[in-house]
Amino acid sequence: MIRATHYMLTNRLTQFLFVIVLSFIGVDVHSQWTDINMTEGVTDISRDVFNLHMLIFYICVAIGVIVFGVMFYSMFMFTRKKNPEPAKFDDHKGLEILWTVIPFLILIGMAVPATNTLKEMYADEEGDINIQVVGYQWKWEYKYLEDNVNFFSNLTTDQDEIYNQVPKGENYLLEVDEPVVIPTGKRIRFLITANDVIHSWWMPDFAIKQDAIPGFINTAWTVVEEPGIYRGQCTELCGKNHGFMPVVVKVVTPEEYELWVAEKKEAAYQLALLTEKEWSLSELMLKGEEVYAKNCVACHQTNGMGIQGIFPKLAGSEIVLNNKSRNVEILMEGVQGAAMQSFANQLSEIDIAAVITYTRQAWGNDSDGDGKIVVPKEIVEYKENKNNI
Amino acid sequence: MSAVVESHDHHHGPAKGISRWLFTTNHKDIGTLYLWFSFAMFLIGGAMAMVIRAELFQPGMQIVEPEFYNQMLTLHGLIMVFGAVMPAFVGLANWLVPMMVGAPDMALPRMNNLSFWILPFAFGVMLSSLFMEGGAPNFGWTFYAPLSTTYAPPSVTFFIFSVHILGASSIMGAINVIVTIMNMRAPGMTLMKMPLFVWSWLITAYLLIAVMPVLAGAVTMMLMDIHFGTSFFNAAGGGDPVLFQHIFWFFGHPEVYIMILPAFGIASHIISTFSRKKLFGYTSMVWAMVSIAILSFVVWAHHMFTVGMPLAAELFFMWATMLIAVPTGVKVFNWVATMFRGSITYETPMLFAICFVVLFTIGGFSGLMLAITPADFQYHDTYFVVAHFHYVLVPGSVFSIMAAVYYWLPKWCGNMYDERLGRLHFWLSFIGVNVTFFPQHFIGLAGMPRRIPDYALQFADWNMISTAGAFLFGASQILFLFIVVKTVMGGKKATPEVWEGAQGLEWTVDSPPPYHTFSTPPLVK
Amino acid sequence: MNQGAKNTLKYLGLAVIGMFFFSFALVPLYNVFCEVTGLNGKIDLSPTKFVQEEPVQGRDLKVQFVSHNNEQMPWSFRPSAEVINITTGKYYTATYFVKNNTDKVMVGQAIPSVAPSNAAAHLKKLECFCFEQQRLLPGEEAYLPVKLLFDNELPESINNVVLSYTIFDVTNTYKDEIVQNTHSMNTKS
Repeated sequence: MIRATHYMLTNRLTQFLFVIVLSFIGVDVHSQWTDINMTEGVTDISRDVFNLHMLIFYICVAIGVIVFGVMFYSMFMFTRKKNPEPAKFDDHKGLEILWTVIPFLILIGMAVPATNTLKEMYADEEGDINIQVVGYQWKWEYKYLEDNVNFFSNLTTDQDEIYNQVPKGENYLLEVDEPVVIPTGKRIRFLITANDVIHSWWMPDFAIKQDAIPGFINTAWTVVEEPGIYRGQCTELCGKNHGFMPVVVKVVTPEEYELWVAEKKEAAYQLALLTEKEWSLSELMLKGEEVYAKNCVACHQTNGMGIQGIFPKLAGSEIVLNNKSRNVEILMEGVQGAAMQSFANQLSEIDIAAVITYTRQAWGNDSDGDGKIVVPKEIVEYKENKNNI
Repeated sequence: MSAVVESHDHHHGPAKGISRWLFTTNHKDIGTLYLWFSFAMFLIGGAMAMVIRAELFQPGMQIVEPEFYNQMLTLHGLIMVFGAVMPAFVGLANWLVPMMVGAPDMALPRMNNLSFWILPFAFGVMLSSLFMEGGAPNFGWTFYAPLSTTYAPPSVTFFIFSVHILGASSIMGAINVIVTIMNMRAPGMTLMKMPLFVWSWLITAYLLIAVMPVLAGAVTMMLMDIHFGTSFFNAAGGGDPVLFQHIFWFFGHPEVYIMILPAFGIASHIISTFSRKKLFGYTSMVWAMVSIAILSFVVWAHHMFTVGMPLAAELFFMWATMLIAVPTGVKVFNWVATMFRGSITYETPMLFAICFVVLFTIGGFSGLMLAITPADFQYHDTYFVVAHFHYVLVPGSVFSIMAAVYYWLPKWCGNMYDERLGRLHFWLSFIGVNVTFFPQHFIGLAGMPRRIPDYALQFADWNMISTAGAFLFGASQILFLFIVVKTVMGGKKATPEVWEGAQGLEWTVDSPPPYHTFSTPPLVK
Repeated sequence: MNQGAKNTLKYLGLAVIGMFFFSFALVPLYNVFCEVTGLNGKIDLSPTKFVQEEPVQGRDLKVQFVSHNNEQMPWSFRPSAEVINITTGKYYTATYFVKNNTDKVMVGQAIPSVAPSNAAAHLKKLECFCFEQQRLLPGEEAYLPVKLLFDNELPESINNVVLSYTIFDVTNTYKDEIVQNTHSMNTKS
């Protein structure tokens, strides 16, 4: 008798807790809607997707309420105490048919709008602007096909923030050095591929996600009317820094876009001057002499002999004659504990390459040493290699 | 683990000491081995989950480096799928199928022993890769090429070796189950009189036969690409990384049904017993499982909606995937109908079984949402997917296994478990599992990708809550270990019937059963 | 074990072996399926049979060419013309400029891909530098041709096609050959 009572009490308590906790799950917690739900996004397609998502969600909630409702009702009303004689039925053909056919019809109801939205997404026509997107370990490369603008997009969040040395910024892990810039109102087509392993390019506000597969091209398109900065991430495990290669798209007015393109083209032209132009020896010497006169003469003297005991000579110097890489390093890094500073920030790549070339050729150095010259491209590469370490 | 009871047959009792366990061909012993092995793997895989959740407690890198994090998430997946869930179901099959069909043992007892013992070996190899140069596999349990071929650490070869062995174990187990069920049922037990757990395992075994060899093919192709210069998945040689995904998921989708069908069988037994009512719609329940199994072969590419498939293919896979909701729904309705107008008590197995139905259904709802291709572009590879599969696997498969243990353990060892502790374990696990995984729906929808060790600030709050839940859930499983050990060591004696109204041949023998049961087949009416 | 059990065992064993071979069969099956249905944008890596240019007036089509160097493969590789405006039903020859910028003999393999993927079935290539590996001596450059045609059955909805080539460094698979044959040239003009 006592055991039975104890048992029933625990039973009731069990049921009570069960139902309370289960219903608690459905309660909306106090938080931003965007913290718990998908974004509506800023394109027609993204809004269609959001609405589809909510439709399916509400249908599921409705079905859940009905099914769990019957179940919880049974759990309360048909305990052994309340209903000591269980019913004997174990079949009902009509009911079974009903609850096979009705869900099937509900699914068709879901499938229709889903199919239509998908067809819209696949209506992949010409883009006004075509951008080739390449996923690398671990960054993105963007190449604008019509405007011929190319750049890499790297995460700019500091290691210090990641390793908890300094407070984290607002766009922690979602900020890059060079975002994709696109104009409003134009149809943008993305041609997505990868350089090494499979990555995936996701822009939630445009409802675009396509895998970037090495050797193959996937396409996606969008038309955005609202200017703004939109952030996404790589969504396919691609190695160590999969979580550290965000996608940032900046949508601007068409006028601002044209300005940006012009800037990028100018910068590309300058870089080409540095890295692709074939510099002749005489061009380098002319420039180098000029730079030397302005920046080096004070210490190393016009005749390259320096000042005994204080400033080393360059004419006949072992480094200048035979050690080109050390020569470059000194100009770029300076010399510890000596007056020779780093010129990396003061002089352009062209100037540095030219002045080193000049010193390696002047004062008879060209015949006494290896005579190797330095071109601007090598200074650019030196800087790049340093950044990659 | 089962106590030695002298039977009236002329068999010997079990051998003594460690030889018993190494050389046993007895389905009860082998079932025990599988179950303990799977529990150990569950705890190891769980520890890895704790490392993952600890790192995700706050934004920033605090505990591990990204490279090691990727190893943890890979091994966590592999161990839980191949080391915990699948062996647990095989252990249950071993213990229960022969008794439920009135057979003296499995059809191939020695192969049964082999099937088990290669598992600890395979996992030893897999876990030892943590200590190899380059570290353990770090490409996710789904190991997509070329990350898992050209760009893999040296341990990938050991990973492939270990997968081959696991596959062989599952295939041999499945063969054993089918031959036993098809050829050794007691006279009078027609297919449509078989208990549902047996049906669920018959269907699961056919799935295993069909798809485990495909997994073996996929990893063999990987091996060939890595070591023998072929180009199955290498674009440079005319191959296609996407081909890997098709082959993998051709295995992978049926695999997840392999991991849930036995759970369906278990739920049917337990709900029926504790509602004191026959299962509603036996025939539909069987046909529903058959349809789910058949459909599972034609939906694989719903894991690949963003890969660049043409519209026609995406539509086909969307529709086929949505269709699976119909037979699955029928099963849920039938369980509810079994409870309706029943006479219900809430012992621990019933708590887990009811919770299974509710939370698995929630997992099914998020699955239906994922099936909708245009919406999937926003869900794919985010925490929304992680939430979905953890709902169907943890309160789905894992809770069904726990329910089965609570339900049948008194039969296996002859002692009742402590009901209050069982309920405590249930409530802690229930709260833990929901606090861990429900918020993951939110962060997935809000934009957090999966398989990342660090995240943007807007995901911080829910991640912290999720981690708290995970630690609660993890700690609760230590309680479960305690409960199981305590029960095996002693407790209130169990009757043969154990539960009022329990139906099935296993409840007609003693608790614990003799070492050899049904040496003479019973007559089934 | 009774005979029934032995039979079941035999059939199951065969099923297992069969499914293993089936997984390997999936490789060519996948390709055949893609080619027959035109799915996936996979393009033949071998020349198609000569298709007679159709006398019927085709329609306008814009073709864009894109390139990428896999793993920063150190060749210059770019289309000579980034866009061509063509008509369906006729052959056109496009070229890609390629140059080996290193001081070693190298071999490259170009892999094509087409978007939208359902255009792939309608693309016929009589000649393509992607059919063979390309060996270039240090500093060697070339204009590699692709002679292509989009047939008139190309779906009406497609007015713009992107043809992409990714070039891979496959020198490692030819190490020995290169050492032996450094004097032979393999230029295409």
